[in-house]
Amino acid sequence: MDVNAFTVPGAGRGILDVVKYRYLLRLLIRKGILTRYHGSVLGWVWSYVKPAAQFAVFYVVMGLFLNLTKGIESYPIYLFSGIVVINLFNEAFGNATRSIVSNKALVKKIYLPRELFPIADVFIALVHFLPQLSILLVVCLFVGWVPTPLGLVGALLAVFIVAVLATGLGLLFGSINVAYRDAQNVVELILLFATWTSPVLYSWTMVRDQAPAWLFDLYMANPLTSAVELFHTAFWFPTTSEAAERPESLWLFTLIGLVIAVLCLVAGQLVFRRLEGRFAQDL
Amino acid sequence: MPKTSESPLPRIVIEGVQKTYTLRHSHSFKESFVARLRRKRTSTSFTALDDVTVTVHEGEAIALIGYNGSGKSTLLKLVSGVLRPDAGRVLTRGRVAGLIEVGAGFHPDLSGRENVYLNAAILGMAKEEIDARFDEIVEFSEIGEFIDTEVKHYSSGMFVRLAFAVAIHTELDILLVDEVLAVGDAPFREKCNAKIRELVAMGKTLFIVTHDLGMVSEICNRGLVLRQGELIFDGAMPEAIAALKGSR
Ligand SMILES: Nc1ncnc2c1ncn2[C@@H]1O[C@H](COP(=O)(O)OP(=O)(O)OP(=O)(O)O)[C@@H](O)[C@H]1O
Ligand SMILES: [Mg+2]
Repeated sequence: MDVNAFTVPGAGRGILDVVKYRYLLRLLIRKGILTRYHGSVLGWVWSYVKPAAQFAVFYVVMGLFLNLTKGIESYPIYLFSGIVVINLFNEAFGNATRSIVSNKALVKKIYLPRELFPIADVFIALVHFLPQLSILLVVCLFVGWVPTPLGLVGALLAVFIVAVLATGLGLLFGSINVAYRDAQNVVELILLFATWTSPVLYSWTMVRDQAPAWLFDLYMANPLTSAVELFHTAFWFPTTSEAAERPESLWLFTLIGLVIAVLCLVAGQLVFRRLEGRFAQDL
Repeated sequence: MPKTSESPLPRIVIEGVQKTYTLRHSHSFKESFVARLRRKRTSTSFTALDDVTVTVHEGEAIALIGYNGSGKSTLLKLVSGVLRPDAGRVLTRGRVAGLIEVGAGFHPDLSGRENVYLNAAILGMAKEEIDARFDEIVEFSEIGEFIDTEVKHYSSGMFVRLAFAVAIHTELDILLVDEVLAVGDAPFREKCNAKIRELVAMGKTLFIVTHDLGMVSEICNRGLVLRQGELIFDGAMPEAIAALKGSR
């Protein structure tokens, strides 16, 4: 018998197969977006209200009342431009982690490249990131922001790094989550730390001045740190008097962050493929 | 088994397949850890299929019958690729469309129309294919104007009709059906049977799991009987039903 004429059911090529299923991926993303605000009157308006409220709180509470500017010029914009990056990461990574379990019905009954689910969730997070980005742009333009081409390229790169990192980690923790729901809680902890281990609420110079050199390098190698700093460079920095200190080798650390994100993706895919065989029976 | 030389390759090859489920008793790191410390067993295993060998050719309509828990759904899931065998191998040739339990890919908050596209894409269809067959699908399902209503407002019969209509209109070589047909009303079931016979006549391969022996003996030309994970009969339909009745 000529075995080459046959296929082994359920043996896909993982993430590479997603290209073949791109139409389904598009529909899954559409489904996620359509059903997100199902049954709510304001629907998508919420996607603008939430980040706008977040910004208002920063501006009023941190900036005006508490005067917690930590010597950072136009602190509300500094905060906001960093926090949208973290919001994107949190939503993408958090949802991707839960995606296999929440698509149980499909995973148990029909064979598809299961990588589709976490990847669709990362794309959905990107779509929900757009309203936040547009609020940021409005605020920046309002205070006389003039974009620089290099800054915008950096911002795009930052989004790319965050998306790749979230996909990789989402594949990793999402596949563990099928057998051990603890993974979900571990991820919540990671997300809690994500805000504090990157220069969102404070300036990177504080880490440089207080931490030992090796720790500072580690801190800067965090892909989220470079993503946040790239956003600062693109949006916050041009709105200031440009006197603040910027990290020297930001582009080098960006490259390192990118490499780390890709390594996470590879590791996530490998673990995912190892565990995938048991998804249908463990769910 | 003597075969004529011009007989084409089989559609499905199932060779010495075994499937063992491990039932883990814990779902958290802590429970597993504590159980291991106390040397308690963290899992028990259960053999759902044992050394099953079947070869299915083009144009065969197979009825897979057996009592509850005999491993029918498990075997179908192995063919569709949802599960992987622990021993032996499963091979398929051509496009497989699985209709395993009612409307697995349906989302209650989306309309019938959106669900048709979503489900057809899940079954591997491209957008152009779905566009071309959309009207046919809706017509077959007899859903009519409800196509733009959210699926959660459908009756369970309507739901199955739409799901079945989608599956049956996909470009397929092998159709796997698990307990789906029983929900529709008599006229719709008649229509499905006719459609299935049409598919068989076109040389498609069918693999049907059901407890409805009447229907299955009408449309299937070969019966497989499972009992507690073992294949106890493989042959013509009337004898298969007799073997099933004797297997209890
Ligand atoms: N995911 C699973 N984990 C553990 N055991 C399972 C799992 N799925 C099925 N089993 C066990 O395997 C056996 C066969 O199950 P299967 O669903 O294949 O039966 P079936 O023939 O389809 O039964 P029914 O007629 O009720 O649909 C059952 O004893 C069941 O308890
Ligand atoms: Mg069953």
